[in-house]
Amino acid sequence: MVKPELENKELFKSGHTACAGCGVAVGLRHIMRALGKDTIVVNATGCTEIFTSAYPKSAWAVPYIHCVFENSAPVAAGISEALRAMGNDHTKVVVISGDGASYDIGFGHMSGMFERGHDVLYICYDNEAYMNTGVQRSGATPWKAHTTTSQVGKQIRGKMQFKKPLTEIVAAHNVPYVATSTSAHYADLQQKVQKAKEIKGPSFLNVLMTCVPGWGTTPSLSMQYLKDAVDTHVWPLMEIENGFSKLSMKPEKKPVEAYLKGQKRFRHLTEEDIAEIQEMIDERWDHWVWKEKVDQERKAGLEASE
Amino acid sequence: MKKTIEGSIAVAEVARDCGPDVVACFPITPSTHIAETLDKMYTNGEIKSYTAVESEFSAISMLVGASAAGARAFTTTDSQGLALMHEVLFAAAGMRLPMVIVNANRSLSAPLSIWNDHQDSVSERDSGWIQLYCKNNQEAVDTVPQAFKISEDTNIPVMVCFDGFYLTHLVEQIDIPEKEVIGKYLPKRKAEYKLDPENPITMGMYALPTHYQGFRIDLHQDVLKAAENVKKEMEAWGDVSGRKYGNGLWEEYHAEDAEYLFIGMGSVMENAELAVEKMRKEGKKVGLVRIRCYRPFPSEVVEAIKGKKGALVFEKAVSMGADAPLYAEISSAMKEKGADVPLSSYVGGLGGKDITVGHIEQMFGEIEGGPVKKVWDGETGAPKIKKSLGAGEENGGA
Repeated sequence: MVKPELENKELFKSGHTACAGCGVAVGLRHIMRALGKDTIVVNATGCTEIFTSAYPKSAWAVPYIHCVFENSAPVAAGISEALRAMGNDHTKVVVISGDGASYDIGFGHMSGMFERGHDVLYICYDNEAYMNTGVQRSGATPWKAHTTTSQVGKQIRGKMQFKKPLTEIVAAHNVPYVATSTSAHYADLQQKVQKAKEIKGPSFLNVLMTCVPGWGTTPSLSMQYLKDAVDTHVWPLMEIENGFSKLSMKPEKKPVEAYLKGQKRFRHLTEEDIAEIQEMIDERWDHWVWKEKVDQERKAGLEASE
Repeated sequence: MKKTIEGSIAVAEVARDCGPDVVACFPITPSTHIAETLDKMYTNGEIKSYTAVESEFSAISMLVGASAAGARAFTTTDSQGLALMHEVLFAAAGMRLPMVIVNANRSLSAPLSIWNDHQDSVSERDSGWIQLYCKNNQEAVDTVPQAFKISEDTNIPVMVCFDGFYLTHLVEQIDIPEKEVIGKYLPKRKAEYKLDPENPITMGMYALPTHYQGFRIDLHQDVLKAAENVKKEMEAWGDVSGRKYGNGLWEEYHAEDAEYLFIGMGSVMENAELAVEKMRKEGKKVGLVRIRCYRPFPSEVVEAIKGKKGALVFEKAVSMGADAPLYAEISSAMKEKGADVPLSSYVGGLGGKDITVGHIEQMFGEIEGGPVKKVWDGETGAPKIKKSLGAGEENGGA
């Protein structure tokens, strides 16, 4: 992978109030360097809004707007329409919103935005729960994970439901560019941001980002957990371009335990739970490898017939 | 230009001629014809942008984004649609973003009703929006350009309220202002602040207790001050169009020498004008005070009520478990300004229950005996079903 050229200065400034080791703050810095200054950021209510925009201070060196929790997609659509109507064809409108806003409360409005095809890059920073309110389960919280609303008790042990497959759901809207990344794979992340930025129309990035208090990890291991998420195949890095999927990395599989261990949200898992999770992850990974093969063969076939 | 035209279509034509950059709408009866007409205009290249969104919530959210980017933004809705926007209405006003909603007043569920009352917009009275209520379609088309001007001058969003069905679906002769007239009156929006990469600002920040109250009270003070803009724009629009509606805040009709006053908002006040004309001919000294600007609330309207033998407030909204909202506010303003007039409260016309000229005469008659507080549940005025049509005794009363 080629490291992207980044001539932009820091547009996400220091001095914000994120926790030590916050995966979101690291991710935002990389994303903003890749986006450059001709950008308008729309942010849903959540950690990012709180740690970057406490009046009268702001960490944003680009225009930034926050309105309410569930409307970052339509606010961005409104900005995009306004720019078009007023003859601005260069500024990129980018949503940066959490998993609560994207998987759950703002899901319908986000779907509407994608269906209508507004020229907006939507970046979901997925830290897998409502962290701003103190770690409650969202549609992005993985199976069995402990949160304060998917607790571990005598009868129920963690979240009873599986993580919503948001990346695939967005791809199913025929969004021309959909990709996954993490804060730790910054070259991958920045390259994907730059690619998405060039799309005229909707694009979507789902970026896994650590939450130190929410996951119950150590600040110094924040990036390591994201690397492990990819290396264990828990969070495959991929691109779905015009419907054709492609894995960005095919790391040699580490056992899932490497990712789960040390995270307090998973410490109640039994050996049987871990074995079951391993089985599911293997199945998903096999699916993506198969899908990549099918998609890429089909793509090559179509290109050859052109 | 005078046209025989449906109220909704007339409003859409004027909205178009105000030159909106961004229009986003979701269909809801009885405002749908406005949305459909604007969409048609977009397909013909008459407006720059129209988005058929997936909900009213997204419509108002798109307006927030558009206005923040410096654009002129417009939508139309009512009832459940306005209620769905509730959260964003407060945010849009708090963020000081100019925009205009035309609200085709309709009742709120439950039970579901598509017919007119004022519960939808009255329930949003505390949102920080300026609210202007129209008595007829002529006033609605005259108010839309003023709404944009007031909103963009004050950085406060404006809601133009006109009655669903009674006005939206009424076909009548309306003098539609020429595009050039509107253009001269309403200059292109110049945003004081906007989302601009050349000059980045942060909008919609969060505020700790040190600052929060200050922001909210600033908005409150500015909404109060906007009364001056409402008055000023009524004058200015009167100059270009030749039409004025009172001082912009309220309109009086035979009020000065009246002994008894009927106070209210919206299209019922045109019926009330007819009732007053009729009663005046019979020698009864009655008059009207129509509240046009409900927010900011013009408490100086009390000057028009002082010295009367009696007055009644008729309104199409309820504050569940308390006095009716308009009555409560007029009552409080009267007390504050030392006006000792027996004031009656009538709630009625909910969910499209007709209020006729006859009803208004009856209400005037009732308050002569002293203040009344009641729900008006008069006959609908619909023709009785005749037995010969096969209706039974028990349901023969319409």
